[in-house]
Amino acid sequence: MSNIIKVILLAFTLFTAFTQAKVIHQERSLYRNILVEDNQNRRCLKFNVKTSANNQSCLYKDDPQRLVFNYTKLLFSSLLLNNDPKRILIIGLGGGTMSNTLHTLYPQAVIQNVEIDPAVIKVARKYFDFFENELITSKVQDGRIFVKRAALKKQKYDWIILDAFNGEYIPEHLLTVEFLQETKALLSENGILSANTFSSSELYKHESATYKAVFGHFLNISNGKNTNRIILTSKQTLPSDDIIENRAKELSSKLKPFGIDIFEVASYITSTKDTQDWPEDTKVLTDQYSPANLLNEK
Amino acid sequence: MQNNQNVKSHNPLIYLLAFYSGFCIMGIELLGGRILAPFFGSSVHIWGSIITVFMLSLSFGYLIGGKLSTKNASLSRYGLIFILAGVMVLPIALWSSHIMESIFLVIEDSRYGSLVASMALFFIPTVILGMISPYSVRLLVTDKEKSGQIAGKLYFVSTLGSAIGTIVTSFYFVLLFEVNQIIYTFSVILTLLGLSAVMIYKYQQKNSTSMAGAVHE
Repeated sequence: MSNIIKVILLAFTLFTAFTQAKVIHQERSLYRNILVEDNQNRRCLKFNVKTSANNQSCLYKDDPQRLVFNYTKLLFSSLLLNNDPKRILIIGLGGGTMSNTLHTLYPQAVIQNVEIDPAVIKVARKYFDFFENELITSKVQDGRIFVKRAALKKQKYDWIILDAFNGEYIPEHLLTVEFLQETKALLSENGILSANTFSSSELYKHESATYKAVFGHFLNISNGKNTNRIILTSKQTLPSDDIIENRAKELSSKLKPFGIDIFEVASYITSTKDTQDWPEDTKVLTDQYSPANLLNEK
Repeated sequence: MQNNQNVKSHNPLIYLLAFYSGFCIMGIELLGGRILAPFFGSSVHIWGSIITVFMLSLSFGYLIGGKLSTKNASLSRYGLIFILAGVMVLPIALWSSHIMESIFLVIEDSRYGSLVASMALFFIPTVILGMISPYSVRLLVTDKEKSGQIAGKLYFVSTLGSAIGTIVTSFYFVLLFEVNQIIYTFSVILTLLGLSAVMIYKYQQKNSTSMAGAVHE
């Protein structure tokens, strides 16, 4: 009898010890509250409040290479359009997961990270092994300003990843026709832009119309489970299904160690050419009209 | 006696104008963040620049408006300040992109860039809008005993205008209109209110001179 109680007690203590998330770092930066939390094997970067909806970036401590989030995996659909990016621009650092993964995949690639909040860069370095060297750099700057300055210096990128929306607040000046035009001007001949967004209802329409106004038809990658979607655009015409299928075969083994099933990712791709799910006369967002956050609440 | 009557009869107009100047000041200040963002981002220091420039220009506006009210203060001159304000907010809508671009090219640091841009865009119109409060007090006060009460009432009305201007602009205007449309509307209404003050003054002058004439006869 007492043995059974002991076992139950032991099981209980083990259970709570393992499931209780432990906050290992907490700070209030200029822009938000930053939390780093350990929960069993998972370490997560959180902004503002303690709900899982606000996880910005996570990693498995015993296998840091393996990606945790679906949206991060979906971003790799971009490689189906351009599988050899030499210069990559990432706007919005998070835990630095994308930067680290891309460096492992493409050790020769130049990776420029841009993050508005210096505290986020510090936390990424300390708790998420965010790696920097002469090829991989990070700059504390507003994404819009970086893009404008880079255009003045005539810089080009093969892959621009826009990941500056944090699930609660959208920097409205990063979701306008003018911004997308400035970003498009930074794309190399085969350059692609992928944006991780979470718009719903009203904003979904406006965001889609805005991207279409600048890039024409684009690809949506979404697994339908949440409001996250990846918008994938290119300066070139979008490749056919056959080409995508072939590229997926090439990439499959390369991406497996990161927990990415590229065939699965490819299966989530839809083109707005086939399924445009917003009205044609939707107003595009501009520097003059960009109430993105208000629209997202509607 | 006649003169006092006149002053009383246009008091509501002065309060209305003071209310609207407060409304415009904060409406424009709020749009400032939106106007600067494409060139200077949305970091915290953007609001630092904007608020600094608005406070600075209001302080000068109060000083100048007070000084101006000591020389032949009249409803007509008061109206002219509004018309001038209506004209001086126009460059914000007309040339802000060009002005900001040239500043962006010269100043690398977005803190000083946004500060200089805020000065270039908002300093002059806000100085003029700031002149309205002390000038209103001058027109409203007829009795020294009540001057504090009138000043208090005036600040109440204009600051209430600021509060409403802030909430209406940020909650509704930005959702319904483009930034420039809002600025143009502010400008048109400022000018119309100014013109109506000038016209009421002219009308009252005409009346009182004919009255005075009648008395003389």
